[in-house]
Amino acid sequence: MFKILQKSFSVGSATADYPRVSPRLAEQFRGCPEFDFQAWSDARPAAEACPTGAIALRDSEGMRQVIVDYGRCIYCGECEAACTDGAVRMTRKFELAATDRRDLVLTAEYTLRPDGTHAGLQLAANGPVLEEPGKRIAEAIQNLLGRSLSIRQVDAGSCNGCEQEIVALNNPVHDIDRFGIHFVASPRHADMLLVTGPVTRNMELALRKTWTATPDPKVVVAVGACGISGGIFGANYASMGGVDAVIPVDVYIPGCPPRPEALLHGILLALGKIRQ
Amino acid sequence: MWVIESFAEDRVNAEGVFYNYYVFDRPGDPSWVILKAPIPERFPSFPSLAAELPAINWQEREIQDWFGLEAVGHPNPRRVALHDNWPDVHPLRKSFPLDTVLPPFEGERHVYRPTYGEGVFQIPVGPVHAGIIEPGHFNFAVPGEPILYLQLRMFYTHKGTEKLFESLPIHRAVFLAESISGDSAFSHGAAFCQAVEHAAEFEVPQRAKFMRTVLLELERIANHVADVGAIANDVGFVIANAHAGRVRELVLGLNETLTGSRALRGMVAIGGVRRDWQQDQVEAIDKALRVVEREFRDLLGIIQSSDSTRDRLEHTGVLRPDKALTLGIVGAAGRASGVDRDIRRDHPYEAYSQLSFKVPIYQAGDVRHRMQVRIDEVGESIQMIRAAVALLPEGPHRAPTQPIPPGRCAMSAVEGWRGEIVHWVRTGAGNRIERCKVKDPSINNWPAIVEAVEGNIIADFPVINKSFNLSYSGTDR
Repeated sequence: MFKILQKSFSVGSATADYPRVSPRLAEQFRGCPEFDFQAWSDARPAAEACPTGAIALRDSEGMRQVIVDYGRCIYCGECEAACTDGAVRMTRKFELAATDRRDLVLTAEYTLRPDGTHAGLQLAANGPVLEEPGKRIAEAIQNLLGRSLSIRQVDAGSCNGCEQEIVALNNPVHDIDRFGIHFVASPRHADMLLVTGPVTRNMELALRKTWTATPDPKVVVAVGACGISGGIFGANYASMGGVDAVIPVDVYIPGCPPRPEALLHGILLALGKIRQ
Repeated sequence: MWVIESFAEDRVNAEGVFYNYYVFDRPGDPSWVILKAPIPERFPSFPSLAAELPAINWQEREIQDWFGLEAVGHPNPRRVALHDNWPDVHPLRKSFPLDTVLPPFEGERHVYRPTYGEGVFQIPVGPVHAGIIEPGHFNFAVPGEPILYLQLRMFYTHKGTEKLFESLPIHRAVFLAESISGDSAFSHGAAFCQAVEHAAEFEVPQRAKFMRTVLLELERIANHVADVGAIANDVGFVIANAHAGRVRELVLGLNETLTGSRALRGMVAIGGVRRDWQQDQVEAIDKALRVVEREFRDLLGIIQSSDSTRDRLEHTGVLRPDKALTLGIVGAAGRASGVDRDIRRDHPYEAYSQLSFKVPIYQAGDVRHRMQVRIDEVGESIQMIRAAVALLPEGPHRAPTQPIPPGRCAMSAVEGWRGEIVHWVRTGAGNRIERCKVKDPSINNWPAIVEAVEGNIIADFPVINKSFNLSYSGTDR
């Protein structure tokens, strides 16, 4: 007993004070890529390198659409490495959660050149309208004592990568309990379903039943590239794709897996949504 | 002689036959013995070996499900990979398109065997569990507290991974390998890259081999530390888990410094690793490990100071050595039950032949010793990483990318933190994979849980399950 107390006192508080304080990210941490659409003259190498189809090209009648989907991105950095004109740059941004799936998609239109490159940005890339973390989260936290949040986590087919980071939310460093948020054992006790994917054919029924068993008002958060879009698995004979192919989703948290702070950001964003 | 795995391949279009493969390992021999048996399309069946080799019981049933080849004489020929409510399809046949839309499922998913006896009742658990864990169904038959019989229904997270490998260009397939089992992203990624490198006869630079070795051991440390905490947690010793969570974060922070990802993703590549290390990154390794070593030692001191914890872990969930041997149990769980095997020592890959380390072996086979194997291995891993860093060669971190020659087959094995991960590939035209067979150690070890829980009280199931900590996604793919 003495040993336990002694260790606890000597360690002190291990908790990182996110979101009040920005997390200490390694210099090498890969967040989302950013795109200089104005300078981009050839998106083909990046699209070819992208393992999940998060960068897609649609060519027709002398026009090229470049579609970037942060809901598919796994932050691997292959686009940056492949891009020949320096228009793609990896950043350390990770607070990407959005309440509208469309906010995670950027589209740019160019004139297609005969040699396959493109020029003349026709349509400015719209979005992503990333939710301003600071203000909304501060607001949510202020109201926090009013009500605690109970989360039921559902693995609907994930590789267990997202679960590793969700489990980390409970360790003393990320300590989600400090917000009055806790994970519960039954959907009947839950306000929120935190769902990872892709949703497999074999988990479809279980996910629907879990959703039905969760009392209203409830909010559904889709976690990770696979939970949002099916990720690298996409839709196939055994996979239905993203969570919103099966149940309605309120908040999307990109990442592969999203780091604990990114999960926290998305959960707090959803909390604001419950309050509205 | 050990049987490592058995699997099939559809070569009907190319050669008019299916093939069954059986991989064996002879003690003391660093090479593998691979038997290959053709199965004509017109007679789609093969004699089952599962009665003699229980280690491939599930794998032969997988062949039945995926390829429609009947395992004649199998002691339990029921479906294992496809649930009973699936239509009569065989997804790994080349004639089955990846994007097939199956009709809505009907009927029972799985018929559990009835259990009889005075006061015997069944407790169904899952697929959605109470904790933050992966989905699977457990059906316990209990006459009161002790568990009489446990039935498992896995493959809830089956997402067509092996089929998907056949349609992706190889540079994308590496990322799919990282998503087979998220806690073993680097081990599976490395196993896949090694298999392709063997097939294509690519030379991997020495520096990359050492870097991979360091990262493989970091993956082991992060997971073992978490498991030690989780085992304590499951017998109610919460504060130990809190410290373990803190120590694990230190390792994940180092992972991020070394690869840009806490989960070690996006680092391994065909021909080496994607990013080189600067001097400050290399220095960060020893700095972090010194703290990890000290904090882990303190954590163990706390756990060992608790007699009630030890009391709950000793003689709990015993897997007898003879059972472990017969069932072909691998990895830390095998070594806690006397199975003296470790791919790193027996079939050295990457830089392991240049490192010395002890392989902990115990005979008791209880939860306490499955934890002890992990504790010992964390210590060994820390020493190995230090040695690897000291020997880290200069030079390139990745061989120049070349096209992959088609029609080559190769196998590779990696001792993941959970046990042996085996990838077998046949390369195809156009930088693609014709077939990728993935064996996660979990598929070997589920039968061990069934064995180990027998006679234990149901309240001890979580800690017994955690002491094996198997991957559902790795099993189901």
